[in-house]
Amino acid sequence: MTVMEQRGAYRPSPPPAWQPRMDPAPLLPDAEPYRVLGTEAAAKADPDLLRRLHAQLVRGRRYNTQATALTKQGRLAVYPSSAGQEACQVAAALALEERDWLFPSYRDTLAVVARGVDPVEALTLLRGDWHSGYDPHAHRVAPLSTPLATQLPHAVGLAHAARLKGDDVVALALVGDGGTSEGDFHEALNFAAVWQAPVVFLVQNNGFAISVPLAKQTAAPSLAHKAVGYGMPGRLVDGNDAAAVHEVLSAAVRHARAGGGPTLVEAVTYRVDAHTNADDATRYRGDAEVAAWRAHDPIELLEAELTARGLIDEAAIAAARQDAEDMAASLRERMNQDPELNPMDLFDHVYAQTTAQLREQRALLQAELDAEQEHHGEQEGGAR
Amino acid sequence: MTTVAVKPATMAQALTRALRDAMAADPTVHVMGEDVGTLGGVFRVTDGLAKEFGEDRCTDTPLAEAGILGTAVGMAMYGLRPVVEMQFDAFAYPAFEQLISHVSRMRNRTRGRMPLPITVRVPYGGGIGGVEHHSDSSEAYYMATPGLHVVTPATVADAYGLLRRAIASDDPVVFLEPKRLYWSKDSWNPEHPTDVEPIGRAVVRRAGRSATLVTYGPSLPVCLEAAEAAQAEGWDLEVVDLRSLVPFDDETVCAAVRRTGRAVVVHESTGFGGPGGEIAARITERCFHHLEAPVLRVAGFDLPYPPPMLERHHLPGVDRILDAVARLQWEAES
Ligand SMILES: Cc1ncc(C[n+]2csc(CCOP(=O)(O)OP(=O)(O)O)c2C)c(N)n1
Repeated sequence: MTVMEQRGAYRPSPPPAWQPRMDPAPLLPDAEPYRVLGTEAAAKADPDLLRRLHAQLVRGRRYNTQATALTKQGRLAVYPSSAGQEACQVAAALALEERDWLFPSYRDTLAVVARGVDPVEALTLLRGDWHSGYDPHAHRVAPLSTPLATQLPHAVGLAHAARLKGDDVVALALVGDGGTSEGDFHEALNFAAVWQAPVVFLVQNNGFAISVPLAKQTAAPSLAHKAVGYGMPGRLVDGNDAAAVHEVLSAAVRHARAGGGPTLVEAVTYRVDAHTNADDATRYRGDAEVAAWRAHDPIELLEAELTARGLIDEAAIAAARQDAEDMAASLRERMNQDPELNPMDLFDHVYAQTTAQLREQRALLQAELDAEQEHHGEQEGGAR
Repeated sequence: MTTVAVKPATMAQALTRALRDAMAADPTVHVMGEDVGTLGGVFRVTDGLAKEFGEDRCTDTPLAEAGILGTAVGMAMYGLRPVVEMQFDAFAYPAFEQLISHVSRMRNRTRGRMPLPITVRVPYGGGIGGVEHHSDSSEAYYMATPGLHVVTPATVADAYGLLRRAIASDDPVVFLEPKRLYWSKDSWNPEHPTDVEPIGRAVVRRAGRSATLVTYGPSLPVCLEAAEAAQAEGWDLEVVDLRSLVPFDDETVCAAVRRTGRAVVVHESTGFGGPGGEIAARITERCFHHLEAPVLRVAGFDLPYPPPMLERHHLPGVDRILDAVARLQWEAES
């Protein structure tokens, strides 16, 4: 006779009372992206900060147009423009202290430059020169990551290590809307929340992953909602409102530094240029959508606020533009010089101690280069 | 009878044609991946398929390679024939778990009850000036995984024929597309797509008597060029295009090497632990008494793929092949 057959004898016990580990309500993002510019909240913003954001936005826009122009001249192998997303990039850099770390993805050169990395070095990868043009330790900026979302666990690990060492360092990791679909995104968020690591994840939701719109990427109410399932707060912000992004990121950074654990911030923005100079955006989106976003331009939003409140005048705007022009002129000039690359460098950084095989291969290449040189010499000699 | 001039098709177009023909012939064939729908893929190989067959059969997936291949496994379990696109060689790595732990061994671990007819298309290799992670040659990883077929076309006709064969295969096929040949054209007639032999057959692309170059994919045109150049030095080189790395066509390769007594394996992935080591060992095991010299390898350096401005130093070119050929005038060192 089975238990079920013993009528009356079987009394299934109720499940033990279930307790949620925490109240999810404070973790949930607002229904609308948070905004500062053009609202009451703007009155509380620090005028100096707004002016600094403005100057960096203007610079960033100019950097984008200059780098895009350089691709047309063949000076860059590829450039993923962040035009329209400048507010996210600039705020990302300005929300951090010097000792903090930034983990950028391949579209985040502006954030990298705003951290103090030389504008030419920030383009080294995209120019086809060495993979990481800059020293990551010099400005605490990890190399631009091309495989999507793979830098997120690194940010978590670094932040965790810093905390283990007793340093109050925060890591800010950037990812696109498409990247949130990768497994690494999930694993990074989960580790961060379990370890209460001092990390801030900033998703720049610019509407598309190359051609794929957000609706085909996620069925979540917002990307910020994803945070709740991991047990961290999700925050939704207008990504074209530099003041709002800065405020939300700064609060998340403070929270992390104080031991409060990670935050996921979704900045709602738009990529007004194509995915890269090699992409044809007309295949997957219409002009009207782009025009609507152009009308919500991060620079114009901030300039309007600053002007309305008398915090900036024509002369100051002109000065910011001039500063951006100077940066662009210098960038142009320096990028137009052929980089000096030594092919022998190929072998120098594969291992700390090179191998016998690599020494052999190095000698082979050296012999080839010597022969090439000799050949050139002969040709020139003959021409004379 | 009127003859209409046929515009030669590129390799990318031949691949598109193969996908289209396979989808038209078999309603279980489904194409999926990142940007394969509206955009037609970043190399436009899936151009027009979503329009023609609908988004259910040519699907823009979320951006998640493990998810793409993992769901393809389930689809194949349920009777579909998924053809998945990995956008670039290095972006297939997140899917390795699925490929190695499940795709490659599902037939084996179910004692033949659950074959997985999945085609994994991977654009691979360098030479197009791509930035980091856009130029890897990952064939050795795939070759080292039992249960997968690994094929790579080098001509437009083979691109069409082999892809049709791959999709029709009841086993998983890693279909490596040499990106730098995407825009190459040859005499293939897009009006009359032709079949090729079943997967696993190599082909002699150029007959010769002095030595055999064994190669595949992106290195085939380089080897053919080297063979032309070698004529000036009195070398008459034979060129074998493997087409399929797994299964490996020992017969064709060994017959060729026995004819010439000398062999050089050429590929752009790294030499150490690369495909050339396996190929050279097989030749040596089977043709030892016919060899006049050791089997040599000309491969990429043993480095993470270099930045594009330096890739010309890394990729095996005509000169490096000719140097190896010269070394085939082997005399035992005393
Ligand atoms: C693992 C991986 N898969 C595919 C790619 C190819 N790829 C480069 S960018 C991109 C779209 C990224 O979209 P998103 O994350 O939204 O960032 P955005 O480009 O919009 O800034 C894709 C698919 C990649 N870089 N890495």
